[in-house]
Amino acid sequence: MTSIVLDQVSRWYGNVVAVNDVSMTIGPGVTGLLGPNGAGKSTLIHMMGGFLAPSSGSILLDGEAVWRNESIYRRLGIVPEREELYESITGHEFVLANARLHRLPDPAAATRRAIDMVEMADAEGRDIRTYSKGMRQRIKMAGALVHEPDVLLLDEPFNGMDPRQRLQLIELLRELGAAGKVVLFSSHILEEVEQVASDIEVLVAGRHAASGDFREIRRLMTQRPHQYIVRSSDDRALASALIADVSTTAVELAPDIGGLQVSAADFAAFVQALPRLAAARDIRLLDVRPTDESLESVFAYLVER
Amino acid sequence: MNATVAKLTFRSLLGRRRALVFFALPAVLIALTVVAVALTDEVDGEILEILLGAFGLGTLVPLLSVIAGTGAIGPEIEDGSILYVLAKPLRRSVIIISKLVVAIGVAIAFGALPIFACAVLATGEVSGAAIAYGTAAAVASIAYCSLFLLLAVVSRNAVVIGLLYAIVWETVVGQFVPGIRTLSVQQWSITVTDRLVGDHASEAGLDPSVGSIAIFLFLAVVVGSTWQATRRLRTIRLGDDG
Repeated sequence: MTSIVLDQVSRWYGNVVAVNDVSMTIGPGVTGLLGPNGAGKSTLIHMMGGFLAPSSGSILLDGEAVWRNESIYRRLGIVPEREELYESITGHEFVLANARLHRLPDPAAATRRAIDMVEMADAEGRDIRTYSKGMRQRIKMAGALVHEPDVLLLDEPFNGMDPRQRLQLIELLRELGAAGKVVLFSSHILEEVEQVASDIEVLVAGRHAASGDFREIRRLMTQRPHQYIVRSSDDRALASALIADVSTTAVELAPDIGGLQVSAADFAAFVQALPRLAAARDIRLLDVRPTDESLESVFAYLVER
Repeated sequence: MNATVAKLTFRSLLGRRRALVFFALPAVLIALTVVAVALTDEVDGEILEILLGAFGLGTLVPLLSVIAGTGAIGPEIEDGSILYVLAKPLRRSVIIISKLVVAIGVAIAFGALPIFACAVLATGEVSGAAIAYGTAAAVASIAYCSLFLLLAVVSRNAVVIGLLYAIVWETVVGQFVPGIRTLSVQQWSITVTDRLVGDHASEAGLDPSVGSIAIFLFLAVVVGSTWQATRRLRTIRLGDDG
């Protein structure tokens, strides 16, 4: 069974640590590498693809080091995030060149198959410089799949895709995962990862923050304390009612923001309790809004655990 | 040597706007030669030396080699598309040599061949001078391209450094400070040419000012640069962003 094993991998640039002591095993199926921008996802993928040496630790593909080892590319395909390609050749020529560089026995047939797989047959005769973002993404994908690798690494593959292309790629990744390939893709959008990946690895600020299937990750994310700002016709009375309820853990009068700062223990219970408590005391709710719904704060919570 | 790498290199070298320089530079040489032939009854050695020596060997060949040598790999490293070649089970030396061969080929096609043609045009025959100038240009292209290809692997400012080297070092310093000639690609190529085509070189007025050490230095630069470029390509850093 194919697997990539990262053992205490770190990567730093001067004083900046991009990846910090990450250990994980990526096996067959689709794995999502989730994390905010700048979390070190690209650095990690580049290291897994053999394009960057880990500053410390090791990355092995079935026991073989990936760094300075050209032979791994027989089994590995990589789709980088950057869009630059050979602009003055056609999509077909690009995929065919990939097939030839792999010295495949029948490069023409492999090219045909890969282009059909990403549904780019209609545009294969056009110069790459005329391609849209989504088309570039797909032709890069065809180039990486042309030698039917056991391992496919994709850096932010959904960027710039329209909804139809997105569905198509989701379908393709699922098929590859179901066929027993090791598929790893990075994304900063939980919903995106959830739709495709059976396993999710969360990376925050270079650290491996969480790992598991998507239900587990979602549970971790929704069970964290939620922060709300609540403004009402009588903040003090509402505060006393809220702190008496089990759904909250802290309530603070915050005159500088003109309302209450509420920490909810249970997000679902809190959103039901709040209107009920207010109505019972004849208090009008003027403003209720979450303050930390940004992905970064969700990730930060996971790291702090 | 890998034909696919060579083809991709060739397509991107001639597919870019900088390729216009490949046509413009020899066109200038040809135009100057036509004017010289039209204005003088007989083109003498002195005019040949200015046209083919100072401009051809001194300016045209180094400039073309800077563009071909750095252009064969630099833009791909800069925009990251080299990744598609690197993510293949190919020996890194094969990638470098394939790109080098294309760069030298382009430099010869747009430098040495036009120089040879202009010499034939000026002297009215396939003279010894034509053979000597053409050979010197081809030999110099080999050394320049391997140097500039290495430069492009090592530095993102390869074109600027290459141009400064070609113009300041080779043309200005090399001409006025005799000691530096020992370290001038142009001078090495004249020595190599002298050994290759013998009498033709002196007929063309290409007298070597550096001894046999030039042959050694020439080979050392070609082999050393190629080896070092291979080594650096193996550990090249791509995609340092996030």
